[in-house]
Amino acid sequence: MTSVRNTWRTIAAGFACLAAAALAQTEISFYYPVAVGGPITKIVDQMAADFEKENPGIKVKPVYAGTYQETVVKAITAHKAGTPPATAIILSTDMYTLIDEDAVVPFDDFAKTADDKKWLASFFPAFMANSRTGGKTWGIPFQRSTIVLYWNKEIFKEAGLDPEKGPANWKEMLEYAQKLTVRDASGNVTRWGVQIPSSGFPYWLFQGLTTPNGVELMNAAGNETYFDKPAVVEALQYWVDLGRKHKVMSPGVIEWGTTPKDFFEKKIAMMWTTTGNLTNVKKNAKFDFGVAMLPAAKRRGSPTGGGNFYIFKKAPKAEQEAAVKFAKFMTTPERAAQWGMDTGYVAVRPDAWETAKMKAYVKDFPVAAIARDQLKFSVAELSTHENQRVTKALNDGLQAALTGAKSPAEAMKDAQAEAARILRAYRR
Amino acid sequence: MRSQGVIGWLLVLPAAALLALFTHYPVVATIVDSFYATSRAGRPGPFVGLENYQVMVADEVFWKSLWNNVWYSLGTIPLSITLALVMALWVNSAMRGRTWLRVAFFTPTILPMIAVANIWLFFYTPQYGLLEKLTTSLGFATHNWLGTESTALACVMVVAIWKDAGFFMIFYLAALQSIPPSLAEAAALEGAPRGYYLRRIVLPLLMPTTLFVLVNAVINSFRLVDHIVVMTRGGPNNATSLLLFHIYQVGFSFWDTGYAAALTLVLLAILAAAAIGQFVFLDRKVHYQ
Repeated sequence: MTSVRNTWRTIAAGFACLAAAALAQTEISFYYPVAVGGPITKIVDQMAADFEKENPGIKVKPVYAGTYQETVVKAITAHKAGTPPATAIILSTDMYTLIDEDAVVPFDDFAKTADDKKWLASFFPAFMANSRTGGKTWGIPFQRSTIVLYWNKEIFKEAGLDPEKGPANWKEMLEYAQKLTVRDASGNVTRWGVQIPSSGFPYWLFQGLTTPNGVELMNAAGNETYFDKPAVVEALQYWVDLGRKHKVMSPGVIEWGTTPKDFFEKKIAMMWTTTGNLTNVKKNAKFDFGVAMLPAAKRRGSPTGGGNFYIFKKAPKAEQEAAVKFAKFMTTPERAAQWGMDTGYVAVRPDAWETAKMKAYVKDFPVAAIARDQLKFSVAELSTHENQRVTKALNDGLQAALTGAKSPAEAMKDAQAEAARILRAYRR
Repeated sequence: MRSQGVIGWLLVLPAAALLALFTHYPVVATIVDSFYATSRAGRPGPFVGLENYQVMVADEVFWKSLWNNVWYSLGTIPLSITLALVMALWVNSAMRGRTWLRVAFFTPTILPMIAVANIWLFFYTPQYGLLEKLTTSLGFATHNWLGTESTALACVMVVAIWKDAGFFMIFYLAALQSIPPSLAEAAALEGAPRGYYLRRIVLPLLMPTTLFVLVNAVINSFRLVDHIVVMTRGGPNNATSLLLFHIYQVGFSFWDTGYAAALTLVLLAILAAAAIGQFVFLDRKVHYQ
């Protein structure tokens, strides 16, 4: 009898030990979208392992959740089921959606020490435009990008242009593109001068035209859009004219995904795409290429893009705190710099560019700094309440104009009317 | 007797429970949800009656998607079935290398739709895509196939036909091989020409397969939208938006689950009508052995 009781006691003690170990060990799941090519999951795994080494009480479980769109769908579904991840990388533009779903908590609640507060203030202001609203910080910039112009130096030389200089403004870009477009004897184009992709998310590329034209597409509260302002219509007219009037860009809607390939195949002389493609272009372009800021009209400018860290509301307090620690770890100057070099994303804080490693990298590969220098002129990516619905209204309008189904003015008027209808409820 | 009945019910219970859980309950829940507004931030949505349906009637993208889907079905189903039949008849004949031919025809079915769509994306790429290389070498001007409203839907239809035909071929091939060779011999003895034999003997015997394939083809044309996501995302300007793709966008991009439920009901109704119609009306004309 005693021995039986002893056995029970031993088992009970064993369970108690296990429970204690479980308490000491906080496991956080981390949804991560794989949005660019390369061995990106390996890099993230390594960073998570480094974090665990530094913080023995915490385990990080990265979950590679597909594209950005799939990741936000999974995260919100998990939130609705009551078991969200502690943290996830989701598009900065999904901030209002996540707030409206009551899915996330602001980082300010966790930033208690002076050091934490300094951390929240350490990022490029351009990236914070999409990470803060109503005086709270909802997202921490991690993999962020902007649009830049890539050009093929060889083709520039062939066309008699200065291969070291990209177009500085809209007028130059059009002139260059006219010189760079090549037609064969029967008038068929064999190479286009310039390419601005317009499939999937044309609104983002469009912001690369509206921002230089001195106009923003939405207000900071995310409940009003300005799609039908004359400057917006003018920007769209310029885009449409490249293809339809001047015939220096392929008419119709141009696929985003194949644009880098078009560039490698020398079917286009200049392309607009994300800085996130920099490492890809560096590896695959078999010719000298240049990178420039987007051409200016009334001013310079480009939208920012990419993903932020978010903390989920329904995760247990201990996990949320561990997740904040993890976000802080991932965005130290050294790690931000390393991440930028590995992927081509813009290192998210100014002091990351002051690290010795980054300085050496930029010296060797100066175009890496173009995106950073453009940040001064950058604005927030289009983001409103009911974000996907509003951007779809704009996307449809842009594609209608680019394919010639509607005039730019008409397309933007319709898009604005649709957006105003959707946002009605958020303006009361 | 009574206990036998109980045992019978117990035997169907697992299947019935699964069916109820994964088929009947979701249908009922969808019907109920379609009468409620979308819940936001954990607050349940209020009862709105038919409002979601009124929104649907006014939703241009819905009508566009519905019409696109009608054209898509009309374009893909007859072609892929005909093609499947022709391919099956061909690879059923005694000839050299027919195993290779069968494998070649069936390959598109084995490939995942996402991979297929990515491959076709490059086929359609302007200037250096496979299609463009062909057309420009024949002297035609370059054309932005997926980026033009008038051609985009046709382009995604071709992908679906290419993928479905091989799948349907397998059913036809199996049916062809189950036709007793004695029939062909008898027809030959009677001096029936090949065309007559095909029209009066083979095709009627294939009717049950055709019905099965037709039902599947109709369902596929409303159900398979993976290539739309990869190739066009419904663009340009909704020219390739199909009904299910629109539902996906409303449900999982806009998070308007109430409205998505209403749209889902329309899709369900269409599919149910198609299935009932085919089974009730066509069944009478189908010749069973």
